[in-house]
Amino acid sequence: MTAVLPGRLVDQFELGLDAPICLTWELTYACNLSCVHCLSSSGKRDPRELSTRQCKDVIDELERMQVFYVNIGGGEPTVRSDFWELVDYATEHHVGVKFSTNGVRIDKAVAAKLAASDYVDVQISLDGATAEVNDAVRGPGSFAMAIRALENLSEAGFRDAKISVVVTRHNVGQLDEFKALADSYGATLRITRLRPSGRGADVWDELHPTAAQQRELYDWLVARGDGILTGDSFFHLSGLGQPGALAGLNLCGAGRVVCLIDPVGDVYACPFAIHDRFLAGNILADSGFQNVWQNSKLFRELREPQSAGACGSCDHYDGCRGGCMAAKFFTGLPLDGPDPECVQGYGEPALALERDKPKPSGDHSRSGGRKGPIPLKLLKLPPKKFCNESPV
Amino acid sequence: MFDLDVRWQLHPQVALRPEPFGALLYHFGTRKLSFLKNLVMVEVVTAIGEHPTARAALRAAGVDDVGSYTKALDTLVNSNMLVRAS
Repeated sequence: MTAVLPGRLVDQFELGLDAPICLTWELTYACNLSCVHCLSSSGKRDPRELSTRQCKDVIDELERMQVFYVNIGGGEPTVRSDFWELVDYATEHHVGVKFSTNGVRIDKAVAAKLAASDYVDVQISLDGATAEVNDAVRGPGSFAMAIRALENLSEAGFRDAKISVVVTRHNVGQLDEFKALADSYGATLRITRLRPSGRGADVWDELHPTAAQQRELYDWLVARGDGILTGDSFFHLSGLGQPGALAGLNLCGAGRVVCLIDPVGDVYACPFAIHDRFLAGNILADSGFQNVWQNSKLFRELREPQSAGACGSCDHYDGCRGGCMAAKFFTGLPLDGPDPECVQGYGEPALALERDKPKPSGDHSRSGGRKGPIPLKLLKLPPKKFCNESPV
Repeated sequence: MFDLDVRWQLHPQVALRPEPFGALLYHFGTRKLSFLKNLVMVEVVTAIGEHPTARAALRAAGVDDVGSYTKALDTLVNSNMLVRAS
């Protein structure tokens, strides 16, 4: 992003925009994989998922709002039988598409079709630069599947695919290898922060980078981050150096410049905040996306000046602004306090205190549900609603 | 440096979206986003293709401080948002 004329864009963004800049649209909860850290707890399709017609209506509305592009994800979006029809419909209606995939459907024919379009960008998810590291998180065979997709894209002449990596304790030492891998396919490396969202809540304690690794990551970004995409997701690290050393916007964009439309048309403040607490409305029940974006009570609140709370006296508040709302919420920390990975070290003592991690308000994991430890904590307060779970 | 005395236009693959603070520019070819941070700049950029020179577009928008706007227009040229009109 470049800004023309001086002034702080952060100040404008805090007030929100007429339409999001970065809109993620998850088309389905169905997925052929079951990654341990899946932010949307995907696996099984939800029977209420939007129909082809309803999806096209969403695209028409995005075109009217001049949402220039959408980041399509899931689940695995390409397993929807109307996926390519929707991609074509979007690009014909001036809504560019960037979609995230594990590569399952990117065969040679699909790669050739994608290479012929100027308006479609492809992002292949990979969480290890080796099969061993990747498959431990994303499942057996997933590394080979992603590499095959990258090969097919590269052979078809698709330029500048993205390799999207969630940085974990086990792959943070592979950043140079990821970069070399991306270079070898003419692709761009994109790295983002692991959030304790969805099934990620169950594995975050073991997978999130240690404090020493956060430093390593920061140094790597400052030294080698040119040309690396980050989705501006590492702003919680900005306190490790001089203001501005870390490229990008140091601000939580939830409900201000970012939001998520889920497969059933629910609108959440950000892709990492799929929970009733951050549900702004539903595009079917609440008269369309524009109305939810512009008028929902939640989004209006998020665009109000936020209290720095416990972080108010910290010298680095202007750099990180308290960090990631979703990371705090899903680790059971107060929203007006430090990020669990606060680089000044204020997160660790907060994590050591007794906390109530929120119960998930939805889960589409396949049989057996969420793996990993079952939290056995006494709740201080009864849950607000007993019927939040989807009845289907 | 930016040539004020020729005709410029937005790249045909660029879309402009008005916002309360100014506007967003998006280039569908490079997939890059830029921000126009005041309404005068939006006026200049929107009408720039209709004027024989950038200088005329600035004058029409009532710009006195040509220097900072020239720099801003140059930034847009560097990101391929703004191109010489044929």
